[in-house]
Amino acid sequence: MAYPSAAHPSPPRQPSVKVILTAADVSRVVDRIAHQILEKTQGAADTVLLGIPTRGAPLARRLAARISTFEDVAVPVGVLDITLYRDDLRRNATRAVGPTQLPPGGIDGKRVVLVDDVLFSGRTVRAALDALGDVGRPASVQLAVLVDRGHRQLPIRADYVGKNIPTALAESVRVTLAETDGADEVRLYGEALPS
Amino acid sequence: MTAYLITNVSVVGAAPTDLLIRDGVVAATGAGLSAPDATVVDGTGLVALPGLVDLHTHLREPGREDAETVESGSRAAALGGYTAVCAMANTSPVADTAGVVEQVWRLGREAGLVDVQPIGAVTVGLAGERLAELGAMADSAAQVRIFSDDGHCVADPLLMRRALEYVKAFDGIIAQHAEEPRLTEGAQMHEGEVSTRLGLTGWPAVAEEAIIARDVLLAEHVGSRLHVCHVSTAGSVEVLRQAKARGVRVTAEVTPHHLLLTDVKATTYDPVYKVNPPLRTATDVAALRVALAEGVIDIIATDHAPHAVEDKECEWAYARPGMLGLETALSIALDVLGPQWELIAERMSRAPARIAGLDSHGLDPAPGVPANLTLVDPAARWVVEPAELASHSRNTPYARMTLPGRIVATFLRGEPTVLDGKAVK
Amino acid sequence: MIRHLLSAADLDAATATQILDTAAEMATVAGREVKKLPALRGRTVVNLFYEDSTRTRISFEAAAKRLSADVINFSAKGSSVTKGESLKDTALTLQAMGADAVVVRHPASGAPHRLADWVDGSVVNAGDGTHEHPTQALLDAYTMRSRLGRLAGLHVAVVGDVLHSRVARSNVLLLSTLGAKVTLVGPPTLIPVDIAAALAPGTDVSYDLDVVLPDVDVVMMLRVQRERMKDSYFPSAREYARRYGLDGPRMRRLPEHAIVMHPGPMNRGMEITPEVADSPRSTIVEQVANGVSVRMAVLYLLLGGNKL
Repeated sequence: MAYPSAAHPSPPRQPSVKVILTAADVSRVVDRIAHQILEKTQGAADTVLLGIPTRGAPLARRLAARISTFEDVAVPVGVLDITLYRDDLRRNATRAVGPTQLPPGGIDGKRVVLVDDVLFSGRTVRAALDALGDVGRPASVQLAVLVDRGHRQLPIRADYVGKNIPTALAESVRVTLAETDGADEVRLYGEALPS
Repeated sequence: MTAYLITNVSVVGAAPTDLLIRDGVVAATGAGLSAPDATVVDGTGLVALPGLVDLHTHLREPGREDAETVESGSRAAALGGYTAVCAMANTSPVADTAGVVEQVWRLGREAGLVDVQPIGAVTVGLAGERLAELGAMADSAAQVRIFSDDGHCVADPLLMRRALEYVKAFDGIIAQHAEEPRLTEGAQMHEGEVSTRLGLTGWPAVAEEAIIARDVLLAEHVGSRLHVCHVSTAGSVEVLRQAKARGVRVTAEVTPHHLLLTDVKATTYDPVYKVNPPLRTATDVAALRVALAEGVIDIIATDHAPHAVEDKECEWAYARPGMLGLETALSIALDVLGPQWELIAERMSRAPARIAGLDSHGLDPAPGVPANLTLVDPAARWVVEPAELASHSRNTPYARMTLPGRIVATFLRGEPTVLDGKAVK
Repeated sequence: MIRHLLSAADLDAATATQILDTAAEMATVAGREVKKLPALRGRTVVNLFYEDSTRTRISFEAAAKRLSADVINFSAKGSSVTKGESLKDTALTLQAMGADAVVVRHPASGAPHRLADWVDGSVVNAGDGTHEHPTQALLDAYTMRSRLGRLAGLHVAVVGDVLHSRVARSNVLLLSTLGAKVTLVGPPTLIPVDIAAALAPGTDVSYDLDVVLPDVDVVMMLRVQRERMKDSYFPSAREYARRYGLDGPRMRRLPEHAIVMHPGPMNRGMEITPEVADSPRSTIVEQVANGVSVRMAVLYLLLGGNKL
């Protein structure tokens, strides 16, 4: 919208916004994680990528696409919905349940790489580990995230990190991706955003 | 005996005047009366009506004194502007003998708040099989003239014919609860769109109309008086209109709730709206109002039916049918009819007194007339609070509704039963 | 989100669709080794059944347990007006037990509505009198959608004792909300008055099953009790079956893709013949399995979040 109108007055105060990763940065970071996965998993053998909705799912698909470009390996990709495993269900209105899609070969005995956009408290990953245990028995589980912003509340760390961003607790990190939001970008906001 | 001077009061809507009440009668009327020994009641802005007469009241005593007693029901009646009520026979034991009707009559006298005129059962135990001792009840101290199996229909046509004929010997009248029992087995509410949606068994209008049609033909055939209780459908109105046009000696009543409420109320499944006959449609309500104005329906009767809390705070199907009515009837009439005082006096006092044969009731205040009268404040509005009602029960369908008109005072044979809107005893 | 599920009319198209979508996810749990989700851990679901209905009760019980809720079965059958505890007193007892949801089956229409006035938790109507059975309608809709791929534009015939059927009422309401067209078929004595005006304008009524069959995508046969003939709703079971029962020749009048449904329990030989009930068109066994998924979805959507 080019001109502010009376119906949509400009906010009284611009929250401070900083672009942490541009679209080009995101692309480079995804490439690097793909390389790291190949390196740490001996060519992605017996490896499955499971994206955590919302934005972990397209990230997992991108990683699989990059891996296939770099090494000509087809890594199975799936989606792991963690809604029913969250520990904050009762603090909010009922959350819609999303689909869980495991690749045709399943995850039993595989190396599962969980993929998410932002690693923060670690609670999402904890829920994902619980969900994983109910859908199968992987040989091992790793974690790949686009951004690690710190402030962990659980003993969880990522195996692959696109970018570490030191943040204050009150700040917010917002990832947008072309598939879900129209464009790739990572921003840091000076205040809490509605989740 | 205290004398009362009611000043500046409108008698049945006429220009203000004074009324002097002494020795149980209206001693004098006219502007500027003076009586130094009399207690003055300022009647400015008030309307004096002949004391209301209810042809259809359930007082529950003997048998269900937890729901109502003759005394608590009498108090509710007085607060509603009534000076006489006809007590229905479906008590436990049933009022089907001289003994029971005399007991009810005596309890009414002891309470002394309204004249309680017992109605006798038509059949023994309301069972619809053989006639109760109608003559013995007529000859008793209670001098019963109205007979009814209310709550049940006298469905057997032969029995109905015999009852109509038999009571001619003492100028009695049969008050029929018109409900064809086979057509209403398990019935819970009016059969129609709403019952279909709610999955409640329907009570079809035709079950009432078929009995009224039969009964007016029977009454015509044997030349007897018939009274139809709580008419609830437009079709019944048409049957009555034709019968009256032919000269059949039939009278009919409508309840306040059938003049105001519709079956849509059942949507909450709150059994406070469960009543028999059931609340009908807006079309029926409109037809009943017209019939009442025209005189096809002669009177408003409350069908005051108190029920204990546990009989209403339950599933709809398990609840007993019936609603309180005595303390709200005049307000509902005022709401429905507007300040048509002549019409209200006719439909709620004079005509029911005539039907019941209560000679000292239903008479407009005039010199020499028994001082049975009530004073209404038409400008007042009040909120119905179930807990504040004088009835032992709470099952009013008007809870928390704001209604027009308030009874300020009621006099029974010159003695106040209600003053300043409060029961005297 | 809704607080109670008392009637299919409580559901708008978006909410109903959300329940069906959620049920599809819940259904995947049935195929897993661990058939359990932690979403309702620590919640208490009471099954309050005033009528025998083992199939509905165990369906709700399985649904609640798969979501890790604690389940208390409270069989109040035999309680009546005169003996036993009143519904209100029972409600207060459940309240004291900390019931987060009460699943109620009751012979009196509207009993769940009354209960909802007396408890803080969510009330789920598991069938009340001749009123409604909304989770049955949801599982029927789920079954139609999974078999036929859609609900909007479907033509569904509901055949039999509509008058006494809570399944029919809930189905008419829900299917019309979701854009399907319903034709009610049965003898005139078993079709309630003003049904279209009462439930959903556009609902058709027919007394001739043979005329309707070639035009429908779904035919849903309702259970018809033989005892109804004692009340003269129809002359005999044989005549009923001949005019309104679904047998092989009648089934072959259906379009190729059409399915046959029945909420169960069936009266084989009355409203449906074994040939039809056991045919590939029949979804009767699927309906049972789908019942658990749909009830999981309902319980999750009512109890999964914070209290409203």
